[in-house]
Amino acid sequence: MLKAMLGEAWRAMGANRMRTALTMLGMVIGVGAVVLMMAIGQGAQLAVQQTIASMGSNLFIVLAGHTTAGGVRSGSGGGPTLTVSDAEAISELDGVIGVAPIHPGSAQLVHGANNWNSWVHGTTAAYFDVRSWSTVDGAPFTDSDVRSATRVALIGKTAADKLFGEESPVGKTIRIGQTPFIIVGLLAAKGQNLDGRDQDDMLIIPLSTAQRKLFGTPFQGSVRMIMVKTSSVEAMPAVEQAMTALLRQRHRLREGQDNDFYMRNLTAVADSAAATTRVMSLLLGAIASVSLLVGGIGIMNIMLVSVTERTREIGIRMAIGARQRDILSQFLLEAIILSIAGCIIGLMLGIGGAVLANRLTDTAVVISGSEALAAFGVAAAIGIFFGYYPAHKAAKLDPIEALRYQ
Amino acid sequence: MTATTAEPVVIQAVGLAKSYLTAAGLFPALKGVNLTIHRGEFVAVMGPSGSGKSTFMNLLGCLDRPSSGDYILDGKSIARQSPDQLAALRGKTIGFVFQGFNLLPRMSLEDNVALPLVYAGVDVHTRRQQAGEMLSKVGLKGYEKSLPNRISGGQQQRVAIARALVNKPKLILADEPTGNLDSHTSEEIMALFGDLNREGITILLVTHEQDIAQHAKRQVRFLDGHIVSDEPTLQVEASC
Repeated sequence: MLKAMLGEAWRAMGANRMRTALTMLGMVIGVGAVVLMMAIGQGAQLAVQQTIASMGSNLFIVLAGHTTAGGVRSGSGGGPTLTVSDAEAISELDGVIGVAPIHPGSAQLVHGANNWNSWVHGTTAAYFDVRSWSTVDGAPFTDSDVRSATRVALIGKTAADKLFGEESPVGKTIRIGQTPFIIVGLLAAKGQNLDGRDQDDMLIIPLSTAQRKLFGTPFQGSVRMIMVKTSSVEAMPAVEQAMTALLRQRHRLREGQDNDFYMRNLTAVADSAAATTRVMSLLLGAIASVSLLVGGIGIMNIMLVSVTERTREIGIRMAIGARQRDILSQFLLEAIILSIAGCIIGLMLGIGGAVLANRLTDTAVVISGSEALAAFGVAAAIGIFFGYYPAHKAAKLDPIEALRYQ
Repeated sequence: MTATTAEPVVIQAVGLAKSYLTAAGLFPALKGVNLTIHRGEFVAVMGPSGSGKSTFMNLLGCLDRPSSGDYILDGKSIARQSPDQLAALRGKTIGFVFQGFNLLPRMSLEDNVALPLVYAGVDVHTRRQQAGEMLSKVGLKGYEKSLPNRISGGQQQRVAIARALVNKPKLILADEPTGNLDSHTSEEIMALFGDLNREGITILLVTHEQDIAQHAKRQVRFLDGHIVSDEPTLQVEASC
């Protein structure tokens, strides 16, 4: 029975190839657009997730306050308000699992004939845990390096490429000004951060070395910022409050006085970036869905025309014993075949388009099998939904009227 | 009446009436008709247009339900059957032959003949075999894979008759089966009906041509929604 019905549906669709093809095209465009947009949207989400993961999770960044000298305010991080002992105090707080004081600057790095200006961060050994940053070659420096202010450095991927090219940087010596540094490790590539800055264009040295031998400090032990990692996202609000109270107390700020530091919740920034891309991909999907809807309406339209054209045929079939449900399933089957065939072609075009977009523009795309499956389900559902009304109309025809129809 | 009265009753119409709602009000197309047809009869239904014979045929064909009265087909009252039950009855008990042949244009002759079997749920192998048998019965062996538009009108009507026969119905209803055919082909088709009737198949034929009706054994005339005459055909040995 089903085989006979499939054969008939095939014949009916073959009888008017142009119309069948155009009807299918509606579905093809709809499904193709949805698949492509989902792939691009999910690619964007993935890219943001990777960026967030590269930043480290559950992070606060505490920046030193500004100074005012003769009416000129220095901007955040400009004042000597944070110290290494602040960082040590913060690490005692509940919910804090890692603290890395950072003294940043930039410097001209020289290796042989090459030189390159890069960010140089002085920090403690805890930094690598806080930022979830591993080395691909060599090893990070240790607390004893920080204690004795050794001239060792870890180098980011970009900076290493600029200075060493293809060579392995580990064990080599670079110069900053007149000070030589031994590269002890090559950091794993992290890519851009949310601001679009290349995180791999970076040299990391012990905090004490940066303070004493490279940049100098306004006073002993001062740092520009402190990175704080909490045990979980849930712990972040409590840690923020405790940290604020602690720093105000340590800095002897009176009631009503402004904070002399700035605190930023990097996870909140990341979350809002993730939410933005989620909304964007939803929006893309929604717009694409409209074309899928239009494709479905196209199927309904053509099926209605087809029912009218084949009224007499329906009458004949009814006269020779077709029940209402036989007629219903015949037309429903046609609609489903149209939409599923359109879906398969649309799926291929959508995936092809996504791959092409990836090749040509380097856009991140994600193609998932579960979505292809969902697209299939949706296409069948559209076929049933938009095919039902015409099929129902056909099934409810009066056999006498249908037989008389010219 | 003929000797067939001893045979079981196939059709029994009791006070069968049908009215249509028109713009001018309720129009009574059929005003209480009583008719009994036994197995093996060959009946011609005649009458001018508007006499109610088409309405009557639609009711007999289970395509419509009566406004009042009842119609018993092969022992089953059809007055209270659902549309799907009527469809099943049509498929199993009745074979239709139309004036316009009504073959499905995109299907081979074999598939056309086998279509009632599809709706009866017969498997594909049996379908093909029985369709082949019926096609050779109406003299179209070898045309199984042809399309309807490749053959003549007379041949198309033979295919339609094969399709009507394929479910081994209790009754063949033929509505002006020769209306679209020339006189020579008409005679051939009527001869085929005659042969089938001799094999014991009950045939009800609607026509307005006296010489076609002459082939039947019994002639029923309609006028204004009533049967006005019902008598056996005078067996004149004509030149045919």
